[in-house]
Amino acid sequence: MATARSIRDAAATALRTLTFDQRMAAGLFALMALPPLLSSVLGGSYLILVGERVMIFAIAALSLELLVGVSGLVSFGHAAFLGVGAYGAGIVASHGLGTLAIALPAALGAAALFALTTGAIAVRTRGVYFIMITLAFGQMAFFVATSLAPYGGDDGLTWPTRTLVLGTRILKSETAFFYTALALLIGTYVLVDRLIGSRFGRVLRGLTDNEMRMQAMGFTPYPYRLAAYVIAGTLCGLAGFLLGNQAEFVSPAYMHWQRSGELIIMVLLGGTGTLYGPILGTLSFLMLEETLSRLTEHWKVILGPLLVLVVLFAKGGIAGAIRAWQGGSMTPAQLIALQALVARQGMHAAAHLWCRSRMELRQRSGTLAASSQRVAGEVAARWKTYKVVGGRLVVRVLAGMALAVDRWRRR
Amino acid sequence: MSTSLLIVQFFNGLQLGILLFLVAAGLTLVFGVMDFINLAHGVQYMLGAYFSVTLYRITGSFFASVLLALPASMLFGLLLEVLVFRHLYERDHLEQVLATFGIILFLNQGVKIVWGAAPLNMPIPDALSGSVPLMDGLRYPVYRFAIIGAGVAVAVALYLFVTSTRIGMLVRAGATNAAMVSALGVDIKRLFMIVFGFGAMLAGFAGVMVAPILSVEPGMGDQILILAFVVIVIGGIGSIRGAFVAAVLVGVIDTLGRSFTTDMLRLFLSPSAARAIGPALASMAIYLLMAVVLAVRPAGLFPAKGRA
Repeated sequence: MATARSIRDAAATALRTLTFDQRMAAGLFALMALPPLLSSVLGGSYLILVGERVMIFAIAALSLELLVGVSGLVSFGHAAFLGVGAYGAGIVASHGLGTLAIALPAALGAAALFALTTGAIAVRTRGVYFIMITLAFGQMAFFVATSLAPYGGDDGLTWPTRTLVLGTRILKSETAFFYTALALLIGTYVLVDRLIGSRFGRVLRGLTDNEMRMQAMGFTPYPYRLAAYVIAGTLCGLAGFLLGNQAEFVSPAYMHWQRSGELIIMVLLGGTGTLYGPILGTLSFLMLEETLSRLTEHWKVILGPLLVLVVLFAKGGIAGAIRAWQGGSMTPAQLIALQALVARQGMHAAAHLWCRSRMELRQRSGTLAASSQRVAGEVAARWKTYKVVGGRLVVRVLAGMALAVDRWRRR
Repeated sequence: MSTSLLIVQFFNGLQLGILLFLVAAGLTLVFGVMDFINLAHGVQYMLGAYFSVTLYRITGSFFASVLLALPASMLFGLLLEVLVFRHLYERDHLEQVLATFGIILFLNQGVKIVWGAAPLNMPIPDALSGSVPLMDGLRYPVYRFAIIGAGVAVAVALYLFVTSTRIGMLVRAGATNAAMVSALGVDIKRLFMIVFGFGAMLAGFAGVMVAPILSVEPGMGDQILILAFVVIVIGGIGSIRGAFVAAVLVGVIDTLGRSFTTDMLRLFLSPSAARAIGPALASMAIYLLMAVVLAVRPAGLFPAKGRA
């Protein structure tokens, strides 16, 4: 009994040291570990196959989050790395070199090289131009793949078998493959989590928040962004390696631009700015696809408007909704502080703080006075709506900032 | 590589460029004025084609279908603007991409439900059928000339509209600095609606024009959408002139590339290698062009003033 209790205590302590994000992710990983157990009871391998897909795309979504959420680089050609990774491993496998020691480095190396060459140009651009140039590179990769006549061209390339591990066909076992994918997903999560917390990750986030300031502090954006792009590409190449392994097949369709769009959806649906979000988003998106496509062949008619609704009414995706719900009500002190702020400086200043917290002012700094007035009007007009639609978060942020301002003034 | 083939392909490229311009013009204005990424613009091109086929079946006249399909495209564009897009202008690009991607999924599938998945066809009108001789033994279809002519006419009209009317002036001002225009007391919402409806109509017009020469099918807008994005990025976002130059450039390079790359590679590669690499290189040509342009001039060839 005593040992059981000490184990439980140790587990509880360990859980407490985890951040909220890590706890959510751990929960998701535990959930994802279930399918093989379930299907050993229920029979059939359907759940396992779906689970594998979810985990593989979750790796891709995590790598995209490193670009979209952390570095502020919206890549619309991320699916290209899936294809490059899968082709890298598939091509060496078709020459009889499908062992882990060769195929995996081939996949990762191809993806890293592709990321380095395209990133060297793409990362020079920002905003919309970055979206478009990554789209263009994705399309290029797609067309190269369609013309790879010796490796299947349009029809795709069938792998001779799954990658051999130390000469054994252990990955042929669906359970072994499943847990390999899960282990790699957890590894990716830990890596990205560590990366974000590191100095490198802080610089990336700083560059997203205020590039000029970071430059004034002596950081050159280019190498950091390029490094992030290469890391993200390589990780997505890993997902491609697994995807090719799962199907024992790779085709240009892996790199279609709509696939890149779907990856963005997975990240946004879950919620950027978090790491469990993209995983949850992948799970939700693929489950939705799975369920809706069983319901009707025209499932996209349902999915499309659903995406629009998510954008319009659920800012921050699922993670945003969870955060707002979890935020709960304000403490009395915070409410008083907020009211004091609004009373003393008016809605205008409150809105000012609010939009500074969302970094909107920076984007509109061209006509600062006009825009802050407009935003103030907007906030006033939508105040009721925000209160209803998960706006507690907004209020909380506002109150927090009000407290900070007060504290700063008293100094 | 004969001269006559070169000429024919050049005209084909020109025609593709003109169509691209019609789609890209609306896109670049919406992009430039409202800072709004509308992935669903390609669907409007597809809908234009479908409207035209349906109206042709009802009225039996090509010209009536063209005349009716244009307002129909415009109305549909305005409907989308009011229902969805209007609420997205203030959002960041990521959310715009997501929402308009949702619209694409919905409309592509919706078209499949309404009109079926099979490609539809529409005959070339009698008045524009046949071909004209260009030189000895070389004839070119009248209808394709009509497309080029109509497109150039629209381009000229658009140019005059943008440079010398009041609304055009506001559109240019909006592309340079929308917030300032709004601060000066212009009803920016109405301006946005006008620009959007106009853009939708131009895309629809492109769809109407290609309906008789391409098969009208779901998803036909996706390919041209990506090309149109390439065009506006090369041309410089918000610039009509840039869109025109880039559209013709992309159309001609793409078409000529597809017909001559393999032959040209054959000059210094073995035939089999040329056959293997040629098609890929040809499909990549415009993306290479775009990458080079962006690497050299990150804001495109004709950047609208006042934008980074």
